[in-house]
Amino acid sequence: MVLRLEGVKKSFRNSEELVPVLQGVSFDLEAGHTLALRGESGSGKSTLLHIAGALEAADAGRVWVSGKELSQLDDGARAQLRRTDIALVFQQFNLIPSLTVAANIAFQSALSGTPDLGHIKQIVSSLGLLEQMQKYPEALSGGQQQRVAIARAIAAKPKLMLADEPTGNLDEATAENVLDQMLKLVAQTGTALMIVTHSKNIAARMNRQLHLCNGFLV
Amino acid sequence: MTTWCLRALLSHWWRNPVQLFAYLAGLALATALWSGVQAINSEARASYDAAAKTLGEGQYDLLIPKQGNRIPQDVYVLLRKSGWLVSPVIDARINDVRLFGIDLVTSATGLPNLAKEPSGITYDTLLANEETALKVAMLANVTVDTSIAPGIAIGDIGLVQRMLKRDDLTHLILLPNQPITQPSLSMIAPNLRVQSAHTVTNVAQLTSSFHLNLTAFGLLSFAVGLFIVNSTIGLAFEQRRGMIRTIRSLGVPMRTLISLITLEMMTLAVIGAGFGIALGYFIAAFLLPDVAATLKGLYGAQISGTLELRASWWLSGMILALIGTALALSSRIWQIIQMPLLASANPRAWVIATGSRFRLQLIIAITLLFSTVPLALILEGLLAGFILLGCLLVGAALALPPLLGGILTVVQKYTVAPVWVWFWADTRQQLPGLSLALIALLLAVAANIGVSTMVSSFRQTFIEFLDQRLAPELFVEVETANQSAALEIFLMNRQIEVLPLLTTQVVIADLPVDLYGIRVGQTYRNNWIFLDNTLNAWDIIESGKAVVVNEQFARRADLWVGNLVQVNRDLILPIAGVVGDYGNPQGQVIITERTFKDLYPNLYASKFGVRTQDASFLRTQIVNTLGIKNNAIINQVGIKALSLEVFERTFVVTSALNVLTLGVASFAILMSLLTLADLRVPQLAPVWALGLTRRRLAWLELLRAVLLAGIVFVCAIPMGLALAWILLTIINVEAFGWQLPMYLFPLKYLELGGYALIAAFLAAMWPAVRLMRTPPSTLLRVFASER
Repeated sequence: MVLRLEGVKKSFRNSEELVPVLQGVSFDLEAGHTLALRGESGSGKSTLLHIAGALEAADAGRVWVSGKELSQLDDGARAQLRRTDIALVFQQFNLIPSLTVAANIAFQSALSGTPDLGHIKQIVSSLGLLEQMQKYPEALSGGQQQRVAIARAIAAKPKLMLADEPTGNLDEATAENVLDQMLKLVAQTGTALMIVTHSKNIAARMNRQLHLCNGFLV
Repeated sequence: MTTWCLRALLSHWWRNPVQLFAYLAGLALATALWSGVQAINSEARASYDAAAKTLGEGQYDLLIPKQGNRIPQDVYVLLRKSGWLVSPVIDARINDVRLFGIDLVTSATGLPNLAKEPSGITYDTLLANEETALKVAMLANVTVDTSIAPGIAIGDIGLVQRMLKRDDLTHLILLPNQPITQPSLSMIAPNLRVQSAHTVTNVAQLTSSFHLNLTAFGLLSFAVGLFIVNSTIGLAFEQRRGMIRTIRSLGVPMRTLISLITLEMMTLAVIGAGFGIALGYFIAAFLLPDVAATLKGLYGAQISGTLELRASWWLSGMILALIGTALALSSRIWQIIQMPLLASANPRAWVIATGSRFRLQLIIAITLLFSTVPLALILEGLLAGFILLGCLLVGAALALPPLLGGILTVVQKYTVAPVWVWFWADTRQQLPGLSLALIALLLAVAANIGVSTMVSSFRQTFIEFLDQRLAPELFVEVETANQSAALEIFLMNRQIEVLPLLTTQVVIADLPVDLYGIRVGQTYRNNWIFLDNTLNAWDIIESGKAVVVNEQFARRADLWVGNLVQVNRDLILPIAGVVGDYGNPQGQVIITERTFKDLYPNLYASKFGVRTQDASFLRTQIVNTLGIKNNAIINQVGIKALSLEVFERTFVVTSALNVLTLGVASFAILMSLLTLADLRVPQLAPVWALGLTRRRLAWLELLRAVLLAGIVFVCAIPMGLALAWILLTIINVEAFGWQLPMYLFPLKYLELGGYALIAAFLAAMWPAVRLMRTPPSTLLRVFASER
């Protein structure tokens, strides 16, 4: 089991009152499996993704990633887990603006060891980024930047890939291509993939779909 | 991981070279002015130490003549024969070098504290440092010795006497361990007196206030430079918030990230400070000749004209720069630690973040500004003056941004035209980002107003003072008692008003003092203006029943009008008047000629002031008739010119530092505007889209800079005047020993305001031109949400 959530709860303080976002969420995700998380805006999808990605702590409940229970890990250990086992693709790309596309793609895999250049080259080529390698993110369109973010995630060969609306900024054809790449990775490496999406089409291509409503999985 | 993480952090600077330049330049400027001033101070102090060691000044009691500065050689022989252990010294100036002749035999055995072993001197060779050696090389053989103080050449007394064509001595050093059975000095040498080592004015002490003033200026510039550093660090962190979030989310632990950021910023700080130290060396080398002239003119202190790279000053500059950077960095690091990992990666409104501190700033500012009044009443001393200055400067600096915010809000409220409403609102929004640069400008302009008010007040007072004091048209100095008597008779026979001046050095109220005997007449009554006096002061003084003292003596001894002064063991007189005596470090007590002669019957008047309508004719007559040397007669114009020259040189350094501080402030504005330029695009793009051309926007940017500088200048006027008041009434009194009246110079302030506006205009030029040339595609990206 790559990812396991058990009774996860999370609330945020809004002015004076405490607003519950997740009210006891539990599910599993096995290696090589894919999962789509759907729900209305503000339903807590991104929060759930962040908790699963060891970026945020749950108020209650337990989360395991690669067999490690997150609440038992300190900041350093959580950082190491993110570095080696998890890859994140954010809505806002989160590229490093002062590094070239090439350096951005190699960044996470370089943090955890020596980047696999052959693997990276293959990803770059299939995502159509070969000509952009020496450019800086500011010179790319939104879609191109998202492809770089996805390439970075795939290049790290993670056990768990978490993507927050990864194709939201892409045209239909590119979105299909990107999704193909991600699914290919899952098939080749046994990576578990969880995607937060509004798109029914994307969700339909996943092994499982979960719907989050008022903090509960329905 | 470390390499890649560091690579990502450093890539920010690579992509933002202007910001990197601002950071390095801010540090360099801060360190340059501080270490430059410290370099000058440490060079001067090294010179004082070397002089004290070379000459033994302040270490031994001396025998000096009661009158003049010459001791016949036979008096020395007589003293030695009668058992007095003394070592002869001849001390004179030649080619602007202090020539110091010592006796190799007596000083070798008796003066262990002299730094120079007399055995190092031969009978026909002078010792001097390299610079001084060049000046005396034509007169004698010189051996270069770097341990000899600058401006001094030391040699055997015989050699020096031959060089000076003299056969007498200047003073005798009383060797330690004198025999108990020696006959009294008054029997052997009645014309000599003992000058105790502790009453000799120490040059290092005398000049300490001058160096403290320089240090204060250096510190002010350092603070202005650190504003730039703080501002740049703040901006760099804001711009890297997204990067920091990404790096952390990709798995870099917080501790690693903080360590690397600290390493990165401190390494850059070392580089910036290194540049600053190099720059400081050049500034110090540039200013040193003027400082040397000032110290020589004001205090008679000689310092080296060449600069050495001493660890004491460059290390202090480096350490201060690192501490300043660490302080600026620590608050940002704290922000990172506090920042949730998923906090918004958008450049958080830097402006808003800073703006939220305005209220707290205002409270601290008001507290500091209001505390200056009780502090001024309670505290005393030079340190107190600087604490007061600190409260004023920091208080005003903190008050500026909220004050500007308030002014802009009011102006915006009463503006109708939409473009101008936007202009004022936009200016207000930019304010937090610009506030540090504007504070730097405020400090620089206020310091300029304060210091120029002080210097100009000093100049005006000094010129008036010279007109009072230099009323006699001629000043004559005689060498012998016969010349003195002959001159007086010569002048009196021609019904020319003559003002003899008798003088000797004494200790009164435990202070070394010049005691003067004067002939009270119309010249004194008409020209000398008292700072404080009793009724009919001159009448009482003329009758020998009171004394006049100068302000320096009054302040140091805390004796004022009405207080009693013990002039001599048997003579106690009240003070009838206190006179201003600007530019003189020494305390003075003035009695009548008659009283002086009663106390010191063997002394004669060696200086005379002469009132005459035809100075050049009388001068010729005195030279031809009495055989007094032509160069012993100085006319009033000559002395005034000399005094004013000394005065002007004294403040050359201050003016130079003023200009440098203003330059640093305008640089701070430039750097702030340049670094803010990228953040401004999302704010300007909508206005551009609504129809304001880039050219018009650029002009508005220029106007904004000039307007803000104008408001800052208006705020700087009261602050500068308060600064001048503290300088004149507290710092100067403590530093120099006299208080000056404060004059206002509105035209000078307006001129300064013009410079401040020009500086702001020039600083805003480059960012404005960049804005004018911003491609529409860059502005359009804002709407495409692709930034």
